Amino acid sequence: MFVRLVYESFRRQQRRKLLAGAAITLGVTVATAMIAVATDIGDKINRELRTIGANLVVTPQEDSLDVELGGVNLKPPSDGAFLNEADLPKIKGIFWHNNITGFAPMLPVTAAVEHAGRRQDATLLGTYFAKQLKYGTEVFTTGVRNTHPWWKVSGSWPNDDSGDVLVGERLAAQLDNKPGDTLNISGRQVKVSGILSSGGAEDDEIVAPLSLAQQFLGKPGAVRRVYVSALTKPEDAFARRDPKSLSGAIYDRWYCTPYPQAIALQLTEAIPHSNATQIRQVSQNEGAVLTRIEGLIFLITLAALFASALAVSAAMATTIFERRAEVGLMKALGAGKLIVASVFFAEAALLALLGGIAGFGIGTVLAHQIGHSIFNSDIAIPPVLLPVILAIAVIVTFAGSAAAIRRAVKLDPVFALRGEL
Amino acid sequence: MSHQARDLAASREHAPHRSMLLRMLVRAAILRRGRATSALFAMVVAAAVATAMLNLYVDVQAKLRREFRNYGANIILVGKNGASLPAEALARVDSVLAGHGSAAPFALVVARTADGQPIVVAGTDFDRVRQLNKWWSVSNWPSAADQVLVGVRALPLVSPKNQSFALNFQGKTLELIPAGTVQTGAAEDSRIYISLPEFIKWTGVQPSTIEVAASGSPEEVTAMMTQLSGTIPAADVRPVRQIMEGEARVLGKTRATLLAASALIILTAALCVLSTLMGWVFDRRRDFAIMKALGASGRLLNGFFAMEAAALGAAGAILGFLVGIGIAAWIGRANFHATVYPRFSVLPIVLVGSIAVTLLSAIVPISLLRRVQPAVILRGE
Repeated sequence: MFVRLVYESFRRQQRRKLLAGAAITLGVTVATAMIAVATDIGDKINRELRTIGANLVVTPQEDSLDVELGGVNLKPPSDGAFLNEADLPKIKGIFWHNNITGFAPMLPVTAAVEHAGRRQDATLLGTYFAKQLKYGTEVFTTGVRNTHPWWKVSGSWPNDDSGDVLVGERLAAQLDNKPGDTLNISGRQVKVSGILSSGGAEDDEIVAPLSLAQQFLGKPGAVRRVYVSALTKPEDAFARRDPKSLSGAIYDRWYCTPYPQAIALQLTEAIPHSNATQIRQVSQNEGAVLTRIEGLIFLITLAALFASALAVSAAMATTIFERRAEVGLMKALGAGKLIVASVFFAEAALLALLGGIAGFGIGTVLAHQIGHSIFNSDIAIPPVLLPVILAIAVIVTFAGSAAAIRRAVKLDPVFALRGEL
Repeated sequence: MSHQARDLAASREHAPHRSMLLRMLVRAAILRRGRATSALFAMVVAAAVATAMLNLYVDVQAKLRREFRNYGANIILVGKNGASLPAEALARVDSVLAGHGSAAPFALVVARTADGQPIVVAGTDFDRVRQLNKWWSVSNWPSAADQVLVGVRALPLVSPKNQSFALNFQGKTLELIPAGTVQTGAAEDSRIYISLPEFIKWTGVQPSTIEVAASGSPEEVTAMMTQLSGTIPAADVRPVRQIMEGEARVLGKTRATLLAASALIILTAALCVLSTLMGWVFDRRRDFAIMKALGASGRLLNGFFAMEAAALGAAGAILGFLVGIGIAAWIGRANFHATVYPRFSVLPIVLVGSIAVTLLSAIVPISLLRRVQPAVILRGE
């Protein structure tokens, strides 16, 4: 009888059930989409912040001081220590290798540049543009094109295996260079594939594939420094503790958290004779920006959950209130309070489950849409969210119906059937 | 006319003359307190959420821009062709900024240590640098004129025991006392920073670079750059593109996310109002039927329920606006540690939106009820 009551109620009152179901579906949709966005926003904004540039730099341990003035390096080019290019793929072998979004080696050398009768001394910066590297079985592409996304090139980017170069825009203006020109650099003819605009010191420099700079320096495999872009967790008090003073399990926890310090330590360990540090301008500030945005989205998610809970309970209250006459009939026929209440609760649970599943599905699609249209990437939805969302849907539906059901149960059947309440 | 009726008519003559419509509105709200309150509550919550979201959406950009100014300079002024900037350049930069940002001058030379090693020495204004480059990790800022900041990589070379040391520039020697170290992870680590007057006295070199952190929208910053290159013709004014582009991207994405979230939340809140109000109007079908049976015209009935809905919408919107700016202010305080100022430009949007939603939720049930005979409703069917 009980099952039949519930079944018939769904079959005969399709309009009302549809209304309540739609409210629950919408509520769950909003909740699912917002929770998915909130859990993923940190990672998404972190990736956007990487456009500001590398947040870690690896230098040789025994390096002499940089003597750089107005973007021109006054240190004798062969002075000081170098890193070994062959060690670089090891960066992809550290514990947090999935958090490394890219790296670019740098090797500045001084060169005499000549074009159309004009001669000038300039810095030639050797680097990777988009170089394919291999670590173990993993093949990946890295270089300035992903660590320095604000570099703009008119013409085309040189190939890493070619001898072509980019000329900075201010230097190009002085030398009267255009893409496609041939340039004489220290007695060697190289092709200019594009003009680089970086807004920084590189505008006065020549940017070349790393191997070309190594040939000019006469040191194959030499790298002066490596810029590393990594997704990091905002620094907190625990991050600033000295890893040497930590013991056992606490050290493991520090080491296995993607703090800038922990990733720097792992880079130092991975590359022999190196010293990795965070570039404080980038790494310190991104923590602050990230914390603010995450906090904001978290608070807004709370507001969204609150609004959808309210919408669900309002819809449930309305549908139950409309069925006073039915309650009156059931009670007049001798149904107890328990039966009446359990009929309504069973209906509410069924609605919550159906609406919850539909809402979760639509919410997932919505989160994907938001991810693609705003961040051009997928928003990951952990499957563990489904049972959590369903539980929340059932609880909210129950809570929303409780007040209305209590009133319905208390109803005097006489008044209810006369329609006077 | 009976005696009693005459008395009643006489007493009514002195009663305050109020319009029937107003009376019906007020009595309806008082007599059905519970339902009216729950409808008003739903309206207030919806309007509050909408207000808070719109307020935040307008304000979040300014709040996040402030965070981005901690990245330091977004504009750099350098002397054309490596020349020094004129002495009054900094004062001119300050007058262009007019409080909307900060600036710091830098002068650089290569000096020699006691054993002949080259080292970059910079002269600057420590108070300004402290404000501009908040990410500098400095152990102790210099307080006296001859105290200096030593980069962490330069420290072992010039002052391994933290003792005072001498530097030589073109034959002139200067004795310096290290006050603390500076660590940034970039070029600053290999330099020594001394105060600008001391630096000019020693080397005679004027600042060649002024770093400027200008706050404001991209348009305002571009306008400031044009103004700067106009007032200081000897300087090359360059944007720091990585900071500007990164800022624009992150702000754009955050605002877009916020907009999507606001749309979802406001939609949900509107639905909540819709279902509550529709229930309320349905609930009053007996009032409707009695009015119709007493001869009220369709237009009058529509007008009455529309008035009621509009009044509810307006009251809910104003109360909700007050609650909403409270929520926005709280979020501003909790998350950005700054006040989110109430935007009164949001009020008309919320007001019009609320009244539209309430009218919609009154019209749907009324148009259904109009097709039904009053007798059927009054019989309770």
